[in-house]
Amino acid sequence: MAYKWDFGLIFSYANFWAKGLGITLAYSVGTVLGGLIIGVICGMLLLYKRKWLTLPIHFYVELFRCTPLLVQIVWFYYALPIVLSVELPAWLAAGLGLTLYMGAFATEIFRGGIISIDKGQWQAARALGMTNGEMMRNIILPQAIKRMVPPFVNQSIIQLKNTSLLYVVAVPDLMYTGSIVVSDTFRPLEVYTSVAAMYFAILYPLTLWAKRMEAKVDQ
Amino acid sequence: MTSNGAADVMVRVEGLRKSYGTVEAVRGVSLDVHRGQVVVVIGPSGCGKSTFLRCINLLETPSAGTLRVGDRTIDFGTPPADKGHAMPRGRDLARFRARIGMVFQQFDLFPHMTALGNVMSGPVIVKKVREAEAETIARNLLAKVGLANFTARFPRELSGGQQQRVAIARAMAMEPELMLFDEVTSALDPELVGEVLDVMKELALEGTTMIVVTHEMAFARDVADHVVVMDQGQVVEQGVAAEVLLQPKNARTVSFLSRFHSTIGERKA
Repeated sequence: MAYKWDFGLIFSYANFWAKGLGITLAYSVGTVLGGLIIGVICGMLLLYKRKWLTLPIHFYVELFRCTPLLVQIVWFYYALPIVLSVELPAWLAAGLGLTLYMGAFATEIFRGGIISIDKGQWQAARALGMTNGEMMRNIILPQAIKRMVPPFVNQSIIQLKNTSLLYVVAVPDLMYTGSIVVSDTFRPLEVYTSVAAMYFAILYPLTLWAKRMEAKVDQ
Repeated sequence: MTSNGAADVMVRVEGLRKSYGTVEAVRGVSLDVHRGQVVVVIGPSGCGKSTFLRCINLLETPSAGTLRVGDRTIDFGTPPADKGHAMPRGRDLARFRARIGMVFQQFDLFPHMTALGNVMSGPVIVKKVREAEAETIARNLLAKVGLANFTARFPRELSGGQQQRVAIARAMAMEPELMLFDEVTSALDPELVGEVLDVMKELALEGTTMIVVTHEMAFARDVADHVVVMDQGQVVEQGVAAEVLLQPKNARTVSFLSRFHSTIGERKA
């Protein structure tokens, strides 16, 4: 009994797909940028070796790295508004979880990049009479950023995939759009295959690009 | 050096101590360095000579003692001193260090800058000298260390000896009152040591005030005005180079130098 594939139906939902794709991309870009900002700030603060400053940041990073993202999204969606006793729009609550998750990884990437710079560079800059700011801007960051880019791009790629978890809190992303189309067409095979293909079409070129960049940094 | 007037003292270190936890790396070192003088510090590995040097430009925070460089005196107190309470901070610390040049064993050039960029970095970033002016300074210094044709090279494209000469030029670009050399030839292949020592000799002849930590005994014999022998964190002997190196009085100096006698007696470098 051969299944009769029919992808024709899929295309009739073109507008629908475009919207879902747009939301997936918007969440990816938005949460990656938000995570980047968190990462830079927290990563910088970690360089000050003050316990009252680093302890909460380490706690934050580990909390988000050691709990499943799905749990975080659900928690932010259902629990956070109650905990804060404020009305949070669904899209924001869900996005907040993703952003903080990205931020935790970005913090580690940023800190790792900075501390990977040889201690000789720090002492040479200090010996020349640079202040901490001058040293960071001119000596440490230019070298560290080059090393941060590949892991950050990789994490961003993972982040794009992770946005599909928004499905569980009814954010109409690509994955959720798929489920709507399925309930409309009763064609899960075609629909979910198409969803996978769309993710692949975005992510594969990004992965290739990341690989090329990694090779460049290694030089 | 002939003059011993106090005004002539460029560096005065008194009772300097540095401990890491319970380990005391420098145990009460005192030293005067006069303007234009070349002081060479020798001693076995782990004797605290590098730590002592790094205390002078405050890359290490002394635990106790007094440090004077030029007109700036910092009193770290007497033990058990409150470690680091006197340590300058921020811009003040940066300014203090800016007057002291330092060259390291591993060169530590900035890999993302060319040789020229490395030498310009101090004047441009720290002194805010205009780029064009800094470039002139840097080109002259690179020519002086024999690297006029290597200005556009990145550190990874230079030999160890060339990198170290760039590092010397980079430190000199700040027009320091004092130069510190921390085993600058120890990481070099033997055939590259000479070119670096030659540059240092030239600086010495020009009257640069230098404190040199080294294992190059021939250099010490030929260039040093004053030799300091350290062992276990203390100065065990010091004096005129020829005397200390050729007629050491302290038993520990004798035993340390016995390993080098072939070098000291030999060739006039």
